[in-house]
Amino acid sequence: MASEKVKVAIIGSGNIGTDLMFKLRRSSVLELTWMVGVVPDSDGLRRARELGYRTTHRGIDDLKDHLEDFEMAFDATTAHAHYRHAELLKQWGKIAIDLTPAAIGPYVIPVVNLDQYLDHQNVNLVTCGGQATVPMVHAVSRVVPVKYAEIVSTVASRSAGPGTRQNIDEFTETTARGLAEVGGAEEGKAIIILNPADPPIIMRNTVYVSLPKGADREAIRGSIEEMVAEVQRYVPGYHLKSPPIFDEDRVIIMLEVEGAGDYLPKYSGNLDIMTSAAVRVAEGFASHLKARKGRNERREESRA
Amino acid sequence: MSARKIWITDTTLRDGDHAMSHKYEVEQVRRIAQALDDAGVPVIEVSHGDGLGGSSMQYGFSVEEEEKYLRAAAEVIKRGRMAFLLLPGIGTRKDLERAAKIGAKVARIATHCTEADISEQHIKMAKDLGLDVHTFLMMSHMTSPEELAGQAKLMESYGADCIYVVDSAGAQLVDQARQRVRALRHALEPKTEVGFHAHNNLGLAVGNSLVAIEEGATRIDGSTCGLGAGAGNTQTEALVAVLDRMGIDTGIDLFKIMDVAEEVVYPIMRQRHVPRIDRGSLTIGYAGVYSTFLLFAQRAAEKFGVEARDILVELGKRKMVGGQEDMIIDVAVELANQAKSKPARAEARA
Repeated sequence: MASEKVKVAIIGSGNIGTDLMFKLRRSSVLELTWMVGVVPDSDGLRRARELGYRTTHRGIDDLKDHLEDFEMAFDATTAHAHYRHAELLKQWGKIAIDLTPAAIGPYVIPVVNLDQYLDHQNVNLVTCGGQATVPMVHAVSRVVPVKYAEIVSTVASRSAGPGTRQNIDEFTETTARGLAEVGGAEEGKAIIILNPADPPIIMRNTVYVSLPKGADREAIRGSIEEMVAEVQRYVPGYHLKSPPIFDEDRVIIMLEVEGAGDYLPKYSGNLDIMTSAAVRVAEGFASHLKARKGRNERREESRA
Repeated sequence: MSARKIWITDTTLRDGDHAMSHKYEVEQVRRIAQALDDAGVPVIEVSHGDGLGGSSMQYGFSVEEEEKYLRAAAEVIKRGRMAFLLLPGIGTRKDLERAAKIGAKVARIATHCTEADISEQHIKMAKDLGLDVHTFLMMSHMTSPEELAGQAKLMESYGADCIYVVDSAGAQLVDQARQRVRALRHALEPKTEVGFHAHNNLGLAVGNSLVAIEEGATRIDGSTCGLGAGAGNTQTEALVAVLDRMGIDTGIDLFKIMDVAEEVVYPIMRQRHVPRIDRGSLTIGYAGVYSTFLLFAQRAAEKFGVEARDILVELGKRKMVGGQEDMIIDVAVELANQAKSKPARAEARA
């Protein structure tokens, strides 16, 4: 049945998990069934209960008896927790969409490489800075070879949670790897800055990409604009602050990422782009699953 | 205040790297480090201006690999100790570990004045490696003395041995510096030292350093010839002379450090940039902007045909913090666009 939605669960009822819940309500292909937390009186679990989802505060183990309720799980907990969750989800034959820095599965940036990994069981969403900037590096590297790409993500202090703060190297190292492995640069470097200004600033990203001599600037500009439009399909608040600046042997791309303001405030574009990308990835898996199911059914019919 | 000891950290080879636009050659670093060590400077800081891992498009590439500078300095620093700077978010624990292996004995770990909690892992690792840890609360004019002391307590709880009030913008008036150092001295354990790092944008660097000492600071940063970002830092040789007159021991030979300034550092800096209180650096102190923005704003002003001073004032209004050099381009582009659209509007009115 084409209209049947694919069922999903969220592990982690913090800010990210709760924002995901609100985004999933709008999805025409995904149906949220379970919200899994560990803090009984967390705001996320309370809201999930109010919206009529099934909840538990005893962690992922409670899902063991409800495996028919979901085909995919978003993990919005911590890297440490994901190592265990990943094992269980694998045993249960469920797809894991990992929003933590654990990165057991390959890095996925929906507009760049999602299609390559639709048969994988576990994929990772890099970092918020990676989701925002890797598409830009890829937009350049699909036109000219890129030796070096560097990004600076500036986020409001208030939207950087304890996970990010206590392990800030994870952000810079993972994002740098993403720029190279997915973005297509030979070498990547990432910098993150927290700005405590009040009212909080909207997430900013500056992307520096080195260019070879004689690079076709028009083609690069066009590729960047196309890519921005593609990202905007799932992150409407993603936009260029100014047209790309060509500065000698590099191009500077300045981005602002405004969140949708679902659960998190609009300035938290850094968190919004993660949850939006996660939904986009899950939708990609959902259509792939359905197509596969369709093919299998047709095959069985033809056998009968 | 008699018979007290003040420890000076010379940052000519780190803060001075900003003024040098990161164009130090390895040989120059070796020569300066050797001369400073010979003069008796107890702690000599060597790094890219933005710390380990700072060599980048955002801040400017160093001429050589970081490791080469550190090795060159480590080879010649015999009496004193080599320090490095690290800003979590730019450098990582891998960089820290490498610098320690090369021979650094002091880790200086810096965060914006309200973001101390991003330094926990780095401070702990540096302590585990047996380093002395001095931490920086940068742009400390942007928060209250009480809040600053709270952030200092966090760093102390992670293991910092000394916590610096850092006036990155050279914006603090005498009382502002006094209150901040006093708040930290009052809040921290007696065994934790307090330090002060100044920029001379308002001409207050030596004076504020003395006030910091009055309030209990025991570590003061200087740079020889004042070679640092903005109008430069507290001039090491001047501070040594003043403290000597006050009967405070720094362990640094006054005449020797004068000669280092005159004969070693000045000939090198003269080829690049001689920091002084000019309208650019004065605007930085006045508007409370990160001193490092000076040369970037001047370059952007030229490129986009706008006034450097306007860029700096706007950056101050937007409450930009250290490291946001990319916003200089952002502001310059906006000012240029505004300038373009203004005559059009005037015509429309006419």
